[in-house]
Amino acid sequence: MNIAVCVKHIPDPNVPPEMDGKYLKREGVQGVLDPGDEFGVEAALQIKEAQGSGEVTLVSMGPASAQEAIRRGLSMGADKGVLITDDKLKGSDALVTARVLAAAIKKAGEFDLIIAGVESTDGYTGTMPATLAEFLDLPQVTFAKTIEAGDGSVKVNRQTAEGYHVVECALPAVLTVTAGVNEPRYASFKGIMAAKKKPLENWSVADLDLSDDDVAIKQDVAEQTPAEERKAGEVITDDGTAAAKIADFLQEAKVI
Amino acid sequence: MSTIWVYAEIHDGKLDPASLELVTKAKQLGDVEAVVLGSGATEAAATLGKYGAEIVYASDDQVYDDFIAQPHVHALAELIGDNAPDMLLFAMNYDSRDIAGRLSARLGSTLMSNVMEIESVDRAKTAIIGGSIIVDVALEGEPKILLARPKSFVAEETGGEATVVPVEAEIPEDAKKAKRVERHEEAATGPKLEDAPVVLSGGRGLQEPDNFKHLDELASAIGNAAVGATRAVVDAGWVPYAYQIGQTGKTVKPSVYLAFGISGATQHIVGMKGSKRIIAINKDEEAPIFQISDLGVVGDALKILPQLIEEVKSRKG
Repeated sequence: MNIAVCVKHIPDPNVPPEMDGKYLKREGVQGVLDPGDEFGVEAALQIKEAQGSGEVTLVSMGPASAQEAIRRGLSMGADKGVLITDDKLKGSDALVTARVLAAAIKKAGEFDLIIAGVESTDGYTGTMPATLAEFLDLPQVTFAKTIEAGDGSVKVNRQTAEGYHVVECALPAVLTVTAGVNEPRYASFKGIMAAKKKPLENWSVADLDLSDDDVAIKQDVAEQTPAEERKAGEVITDDGTAAAKIADFLQEAKVI
Repeated sequence: MSTIWVYAEIHDGKLDPASLELVTKAKQLGDVEAVVLGSGATEAAATLGKYGAEIVYASDDQVYDDFIAQPHVHALAELIGDNAPDMLLFAMNYDSRDIAGRLSARLGSTLMSNVMEIESVDRAKTAIIGGSIIVDVALEGEPKILLARPKSFVAEETGGEATVVPVEAEIPEDAKKAKRVERHEEAATGPKLEDAPVVLSGGRGLQEPDNFKHLDELASAIGNAAVGATRAVVDAGWVPYAYQIGQTGKTVKPSVYLAFGISGATQHIVGMKGSKRIIAINKDEEAPIFQISDLGVVGDALKILPQLIEEVKSRKG
């Protein structure tokens, strides 16, 4: 089974983010493979291993530094990578991102499954995979908690607000995976060394048969203002009386 | 006058309350029409009318219950082609996300998610970087697609009756590929997390799943309280997904929010920072949750919980 995994290189979420004008600063900051995408890479590797054949291709859009995210996925065991880099894509919305990734996936080969994280850890838009599925004219099953890939179909436990649904879907399809769907493996030293030799293609918009209009971004940050901060209140250290103080607070708030 | 469409989600015949919030907001921006698809749609249309929808496009066809997103997109694209609304509003829920996302590709319409405020048909606001910066976004093209976070607006019944227009879209076979075959929903006990005036929430600091029993016990001592959790402990399988509060998960705005052993990751804060009062208990005095708490306690949640249960019980007599 051939699987494409969408991956994103994001500023390290453990470091306070910086802005670069209207956008999140992406260049010259410590970057990582989006932790949410590690579950996607792992899911693809597990399916490939269970089936005993096929290839896992990582697809990403971002500045040249985004290669690092792809290398990280390759060191986990993916077979090859594609990175789309173009100045025209800076500040892309989810629509343009999905259109570019769809074009890249079509060019990269034939896939039975396309896997992505539920949402990126830096932008949280959460719709790109569904938009991608529509561009590829494929069904999508989002929020997968478990995946059973069979012959020509996939069975997924899909999270819902109050539990989960079991969804059966014909392949090829787009899936998004939740954290908790698996335990992503660590890259071994051997894996890291091997990743350096794995194929990684660099494409621009011109390589994808997309027009300037196709990548025109139809939303723009008009203004940014600091949010009204909630003020920190009293902080006490528990000396055995904290429970009583909390109870006082609950009484003042008239909830007990 | 602009025409704003609200996509109203229904589950098991029940209307998503967030759709009424969107109808109320849309009424401030223009003429409101709604689309509701699946079992119970016609009945839901009457409710949407009471909140201000003038026209409701509805279909009770079970195809919308059984298959994910594609039939809805097919029907919506047809309706939009015939009626040309200026803006489409969706609540940031599971099914709506998928439908809005696909529709964005189908129509070539830009999509903005996590919307907290809508100023006009071409301007909306969201918060980024853990809610610390508000961005005001200018949107181009028609129709714009917005996904709003539930509880961003307050639903107000205005009285009224919608004209119900039946949706008669013929759903093609190739839009029936992702099928729900089983439904496993946990029956909620006590008040719903989204509606409870007191929310007790647990994170990694509770150390093990079994310790959530203290939160359950405190909830029943308080009465009218619901128990929630962070994504970390939900992902770890400690409690069911229905407990999750945060960016993915539920948005709560209770009168009092008590966070036990929660450090305050952005993912979580976004779902609870609208609470009227916040109490946090955490061992780490540097925990970011203290920056937004009205009362912060540096201490061991597991030690304080049994004492608090006793305090509450004795004060309530």
